Amino acid sequence: METNNRKAWLYLIPAFVFLGLFMVYPLVDVFIYSFEEGYNFASESFFGTGLYNYSYVLHDPYFLQAIKNTFLMVIITVPISTGLSLLISLALSSIKPLQNLFQTIYFLPYVTNTLAVGLVFMILFRKTPYSDGMVNRLILFFGGRSVDFIEGPYWAKMFVFCFYIIWVVMPFKILILTSALASVNPMYYKAAKVDGTPKWRVFTKITLPMISPMIFYLVITGFIGAFKSYSDAVALFGTNLNSAGMNTIVGYVYDMLYGDSGGYPSYASAAAIILFVIVLTITCINLMVSKKHVQY
Amino acid sequence: MKLVLKGLTKVYPARGKKGKPVTAVDHFDFEIPDGKLIGLLGPSGCGKSTTLYLICGLEKPTDGKLYFGEDDVTDLPPENRGVGLVFQNYALYPHLTVEQNITFPLENLKKAERPTKEEMHTRAVEAAKLVQIDGLMERKPSELSGGQQQRVAIARALVKMPRVLLLDEPLSNLDARLRLQTREEIRRIQRETGITTIFVTHDQEEAMSISDMIVVMKDGVVHQIGKPQEVYDDPVNLFVAKFLGTPPINTFDGHVKDGALYIGDAKVLETPGVEDREVYVGIRPEGFRLSPDGPLVCDLTGVDVMGRDTSVVSTHAASRDVNVRSIIDSEDAATITGKQVRFTLRPSKVLLFDHETEERIRYGNK
Repeated sequence: METNNRKAWLYLIPAFVFLGLFMVYPLVDVFIYSFEEGYNFASESFFGTGLYNYSYVLHDPYFLQAIKNTFLMVIITVPISTGLSLLISLALSSIKPLQNLFQTIYFLPYVTNTLAVGLVFMILFRKTPYSDGMVNRLILFFGGRSVDFIEGPYWAKMFVFCFYIIWVVMPFKILILTSALASVNPMYYKAAKVDGTPKWRVFTKITLPMISPMIFYLVITGFIGAFKSYSDAVALFGTNLNSAGMNTIVGYVYDMLYGDSGGYPSYASAAAIILFVIVLTITCINLMVSKKHVQY
Repeated sequence: MKLVLKGLTKVYPARGKKGKPVTAVDHFDFEIPDGKLIGLLGPSGCGKSTTLYLICGLEKPTDGKLYFGEDDVTDLPPENRGVGLVFQNYALYPHLTVEQNITFPLENLKKAERPTKEEMHTRAVEAAKLVQIDGLMERKPSELSGGQQQRVAIARALVKMPRVLLLDEPLSNLDARLRLQTREEIRRIQRETGITTIFVTHDQEEAMSISDMIVVMKDGVVHQIGKPQEVYDDPVNLFVAKFLGTPPINTFDGHVKDGALYIGDAKVLETPGVEDREVYVGIRPEGFRLSPDGPLVCDLTGVDVMGRDTSVVSTHAASRDVNVRSIIDSEDAATITGKQVRFTLRPSKVLLFDHETEERIRYGNK
């Protein structure tokens, strides 16, 4: 037993080394930076220690805007994308002909480059002095008023942003949910049929509980992924997210480090730690909820 | 309530380009008397499960009619037939407790027929008591043993008071000891409720031991229907004879000449009334009797003592099986010496079958 244990630790060393070097050490380092005021990479010097970085970041209107954007986006996109994916997966698994073709089509966005998709979205939604763009033409056709979704009002930009994120994250969710649906033993449906279970009850009482572990997995990873989104905003609104008012928390961290206003690793670290705490809290809440509802 | 199957047929359409349509059940005619326990028996792929699904309504017959009592239920969906089905793997909902599983069918009922919460609970407890799991109502299926899960499945099927109870391979997922116990249990439950029950199995011993009647099927065709002992004693063809009985029937190449049966050169039995021909001879293991000057001479390979009985394993040139297995009294077995055993045969345990059709050839008063 004793030698086995020692062997096990030996086998785990490579993983520990890499995890320590590239995960734990940077995390601890960032944590330390976040308390060191005015840290400078070049001279590796700082003025003092304390909570000033946090105070600065939390009072920075750009950061507050980024927090607001991120939270709004997360709260809108995670439920909608998961719900829509579930509907599409249900539809996909209930049709037999061409099922594979549809699955491939629905998976295409996943393998498409974020920036390329962003470009397409920009062309679709942008309004310039020369052209209204596809979406605005549709709105005009139905008698509405055209809006510039890319550089226009906040709600319009938020709409495109959420639309875009939902569109980008759905393929993966659909893939996971269709396979989850396919893995439910058909025997349960037969049993339900013999007992004359109405369709809605089959869905809520059998299908949903059976795939609930997968749904919770998607919700948790969906939250984490959405909180960390950055490239999506860049793809739509360009690199100067602060002036577009569409920055995200990760975008703020990036700007603090490398952006035009960059060179503030201490503020960036504080913002990163705040994001870490937010994601950790949300994930813990998710896990607690899932323990109550995922029953097997 | 009696069940009537009239020319029930199920043909599955051809799959792929080279496939042929598969006839899973071919013109099944059978009138199942009220309150009996019927065993559908056959090798895998013989159409017995399909027959069960046809009766419960999960499959639609291609042809033929099905009556429950006087009602034509051929086109009724399963929920309107009043059937309870127990699946081979039980199909218990893993996220629901035992009680929730049992009340599940009741919760499905439409407003008017739907019992109140208390009534559901009482009925669930009643059903659970019948199968003796009333102490486990709060458990999840994963916390139960295979046998207990089986009982929950039966309780769930019984709770809606079905007119017919159907069991699909009910014992195949249980270990040997539990299987013996559970089959007695099924018999008891069936007796107590008096519900017409049909169960599917590929295990002939299981079917023989608890059924009032057995139906032997092969390739979608019903070969024989009857009481277990009758079918065992009086099979209509070689397939049925081979399928029933453990150890299985011994088969030999033989021929009939001048009203007597010959295996090899030895004249083993008088078979009056049979014309001269080549035949397959089927001899039940208990049809052999040790005799110092018996006509059937076999080369001895081994003797297995099994308590009361002894199984004598030997070989014979005309045998169609690797071994000839005979069962004799252990007392007689003590007389076995040397490398050969000699048998006389009990006429009632010797069956003749046609060489071409494998149909039974009757002789004497049988």
